[in-house]
Amino acid sequence: MRADLSRFEVVRPRALDEVLVRLGEGGWSVLAGGTDLMVTLGALALPPGRYVDVWRVDALRGITVTDDAITMGALTTYADVQRHPLLQVEFPMLVEAARRSGAAAIQNRGTLGGNIANASPAADSPPALLAYGAVLELHSRAGTRRLAYADFHTGYKQTLRRGDELIARVILPRRAAAAAPVAGGVRDGVVDAYRKIGTRKAQAIAKVGLAVRLELQGGVVADAAIGAASVAPVPLFARTTAAALRGRPLADAIEAAVAAFGDEVTPIDDVRSSARYRRQVAVNVLRDVLAAVSAGRTPVDSL
Amino acid sequence: MIDIELVVNGRSQRVHAHPLARLLDVLREQLGLCGTKEGCGEGECGACSVLIDDVLVNACLVPVGQCEGSRVDTIEGIGADPRVAALQRAFVDVGGAQCGICTPGMIVAASALVRTRPRATPAEIRTALAGNLCRCTGYVRIVDAVAQACGAGESEGGA
Repeated sequence: MRADLSRFEVVRPRALDEVLVRLGEGGWSVLAGGTDLMVTLGALALPPGRYVDVWRVDALRGITVTDDAITMGALTTYADVQRHPLLQVEFPMLVEAARRSGAAAIQNRGTLGGNIANASPAADSPPALLAYGAVLELHSRAGTRRLAYADFHTGYKQTLRRGDELIARVILPRRAAAAAPVAGGVRDGVVDAYRKIGTRKAQAIAKVGLAVRLELQGGVVADAAIGAASVAPVPLFARTTAAALRGRPLADAIEAAVAAFGDEVTPIDDVRSSARYRRQVAVNVLRDVLAAVSAGRTPVDSL
Repeated sequence: MIDIELVVNGRSQRVHAHPLARLLDVLREQLGLCGTKEGCGEGECGACSVLIDDVLVNACLVPVGQCEGSRVDTIEGIGADPRVAALQRAFVDVGGAQCGICTPGMIVAASALVRTRPRATPAEIRTALAGNLCRCTGYVRIVDAVAQACGAGESEGGA
């Protein structure tokens, strides 16, 4: 059975202002690349109503680089992310997340803004965006505001985006690029590690996703930021786990961080996995990543 | 319902459809292009692979309202490109098909690869086809067919 499309009203503006006018009226939802909404529509689970299709709004496309940030339009696709030479160098976890989202056809159509707004706790890009300290720029007729992405998800599929607001841009603050691993362990520099555990390499929805950024000075964790997928009602910014690492020699802090992570995750049983499996795998993957960095091995995704 | 103009396999078409109608249904039911198959209908299997402005997509997930003014190329039209015709011949020569349901999508997905990376490696071929499921072949002859087309492109290219 197909959805009764007569119950769906769709406008397809080209101008951002027109999108914001509609959203300001209330009762409009946003359609971007369709990789989530069209699946939901096909499953007869998309609420009938009014939809603003933003696919043709050029103001929401493009990646711009300044000295202190890389700014991605909300319609930036996973393919756009993978192709961008500076994202490859400075934000490899986001590139890897894009590579591990669906497969080529999905990557050509799925957008960062959609991935964020859809707010699935299993989404692939949020862990990387959390670990990189991303900032969201939301536009509405009332104005523009910026929010730390780490504060954005407030509950299962709940976010700080108001109904009149559109996620227009995703901003990545530029910091030191991740260092190549060195024999004997990384003692100074930034290390990134992204892991995704799924049933297969492509087309899988994560059972566990993990993005870890460590900044080391003389073997001590000067800073740590950890994002995780599929282990909480929201894309998880693991503040307690990061705090267990910060200010301590990495080698000495691993078990405390792993224990903190086991307490910080709150996974569920569902069709893809069990809560017990997810907690155990999340903990194991974090331990593996931290041990690899500590030992100077490349913390690569081995799946 | 809206009128949407698009260019399908090189021919200008005007279709009358709801903007959320799936490109897949418009191709098959309004334009009679039944080479594009429906498998899962949720972007998992790749049977409905088509190109929009040379970019690989799942036609089951593309609302036709997003195709206005675009070029859409399906399995019925992509063989006009000689590199893709060579790819299609390779599927025949190598036996890269059994029941055939996945084959149009496989060839469209592979065409997106050979047009951009005519000397793709086996690993690149497997990544490019990762969104296309085949329940018969075990993929070996499919990958072999694409590899042969890539090899053929190499010798024909003369470089």
